[in-house]
Amino acid sequence: MLRSSAAPSPATPAPSPSDDTPLTEDEPPFRLDRPTVDALVGHSWSDFPYEVCGLLGTDATGRIHHFPITNAERSMTYYVMQPKELLQAMRTIEDAGWDLAIYHSHTHTEAYPSRTDIELAAYPEATYLIVTLQDRDAPAIRAFRIEDGVVTERPVVVAS
Amino acid sequence: MPVVRIPSVLRAHTGGAAQVEVDGGTVGEILDALTRDHPGLADQVVEGGRIRGFVNVYVDDEDVRYLSGLDTPVAAGAEVAIMPAVAGGAD
Repeated sequence: MLRSSAAPSPATPAPSPSDDTPLTEDEPPFRLDRPTVDALVGHSWSDFPYEVCGLLGTDATGRIHHFPITNAERSMTYYVMQPKELLQAMRTIEDAGWDLAIYHSHTHTEAYPSRTDIELAAYPEATYLIVTLQDRDAPAIRAFRIEDGVVTERPVVVAS
Repeated sequence: MPVVRIPSVLRAHTGGAAQVEVDGGTVGEILDALTRDHPGLADQVVEGGRIRGFVNVYVDDEDVRYLSGLDTPVAAGAEVAIMPAVAGGAD
């Protein structure tokens, strides 16, 4: 079920009163396309209220390859990528030399890295995407770098 | 000799190498030899004689957590892979 099609501009960063991470000029935008946005939001709804997760690989032409991965915890507040699926997807992305993005959903909280997300972020070269379904009518996706515990937001741009 | 696949996030510790050959007949022996050759990996992969939490180790694509852990046998032509887990949550 793709409820995202009814949602207005799901990747538009929503103003968030509870974080103060600035959008810096230094961080280049993270580029998504509409089919990938719909796929991420659709995946996020697919196991609601449990969190979902996966990887994206962006190739040199900008095409985005989507690898949904099972949440081995099947939890509303926690995710662990199923190790074997993670290995296979990561191997494909690394061998192809694609840019790595790691995504998961928050079904009840804003699209901002939690303390757990920050503590467990092991891939400083990746972009971390969070899809939030907190506003049921307006899912949103935000992008971050997480390096040594420091979170920096990247603006999300959706190609039409 | 078994080959150990190093993910890009850990290649700074292997001089950029994506694969290294390491002698050993079990995962434990392989990791001992690997971290001896590349000491920077030790803190990333093992802790107190065990595989660190939130690090996945595989033999021929099977997670050793579901095999015999450090005692998992590794054949001469096998591939061992190391990969930091990807995990988090909303709490």
